[in-house]
Amino acid sequence: MHELPVMESILKIVLGHAARHRVRKVMAIHLKVGELSDLMEEWMQRYFDYVSKDTLAEGAVLKIQRIPVRFRCSGCSAEFGADIRQEKEIRCPECAAERPTLIAGREYFIENMEVV
Amino acid sequence: MAEIRLIEIKEEILADNAALAEEIRTDLSRRGVFLLNLMSSPGSGKTSLIVQTLRRLRDAYRMAVIEGDIDSMVDAETVSREGIPAVQLRTGGFCHLDASMIRLALNELDLANLDLVVIENVGNLVCPAEVDTGATKNAMILSIPEGDDKPLKYPLMFSICDVVVVNKTDYLEGSGFDLPAFRERVGRLNARAPILEVSCRTAAGLDAWVDWLRSQAGAIRGSAPR
Repeated sequence: MHELPVMESILKIVLGHAARHRVRKVMAIHLKVGELSDLMEEWMQRYFDYVSKDTLAEGAVLKIQRIPVRFRCSGCSAEFGADIRQEKEIRCPECAAERPTLIAGREYFIENMEVV
Repeated sequence: MAEIRLIEIKEEILADNAALAEEIRTDLSRRGVFLLNLMSSPGSGKTSLIVQTLRRLRDAYRMAVIEGDIDSMVDAETVSREGIPAVQLRTGGFCHLDASMIRLALNELDLANLDLVVIENVGNLVCPAEVDTGATKNAMILSIPEGDDKPLKYPLMFSICDVVVVNKTDYLEGSGFDLPAFRERVGRLNARAPILEVSCRTAAGLDAWVDWLRSQAGAIRGSAPR
């Protein structure tokens, strides 16, 4: 729902790097977005197109990798993935302990960009 | 044709906000001001809970409210009637408050003469969960008519808050809201947040809420150099 401010932040960071590297045009931006984020890829692209108009990044394609939710067991420290929206109790597959700590799935990260 | 180059960026998108939020937290902690971020859906009782809290704590704490709910002065006026300073943020339909907006609002307040500031965030269970406001603690309200399935639909909100207030318990009877199932679902996402059942209308449970707030705010006040 808040694609616009997030896209503005991405644009600001991308244009900063573009200026330092004497970029003529940004072709693509690789992002890592956690699965817990409710941002929809289609709308991220549309809002990015909107905020990036008349900049070096106009027309850049957002290549988004969704990062799955992962947990760490508070008992045995095993790491595992799980569907957080399911009904079932999330338990450690190794020792069956409950209530693990969330360690991945909330990312908002710009990995790199393809430029000319 | 020009060759395509790859430039490494490796930056958090919300890094600017996260840094400013941390700066706010440090600054407020040094001043001994406790900042509570209150989040919920529209209509779940944020303003009512704030008013009830002001009435119970105003003698012990110097309080103020930052109103972030969309472009209406209604909530700020309700709070002002209680004789408490209120800053209305004109967010122009923004779906959440961020640290820069909170910084602006805090600049409007006389922080040297305050102990407890409450942010009434925009009514929304999605976006406010993703953006750090710089608050000392995050609280959320879920009201009974919203249903016990909300932790399944909005897991991030339930996982980031430090306390969950269940409001409108006076509607519980006949509502079909399964409190044990709700507690179970929240506990799975967030083992550390206490779940407090209240009714702002009948005042049931409000003492436990105020006690929680007092214990949290007391901790920060006790640690500040005065």
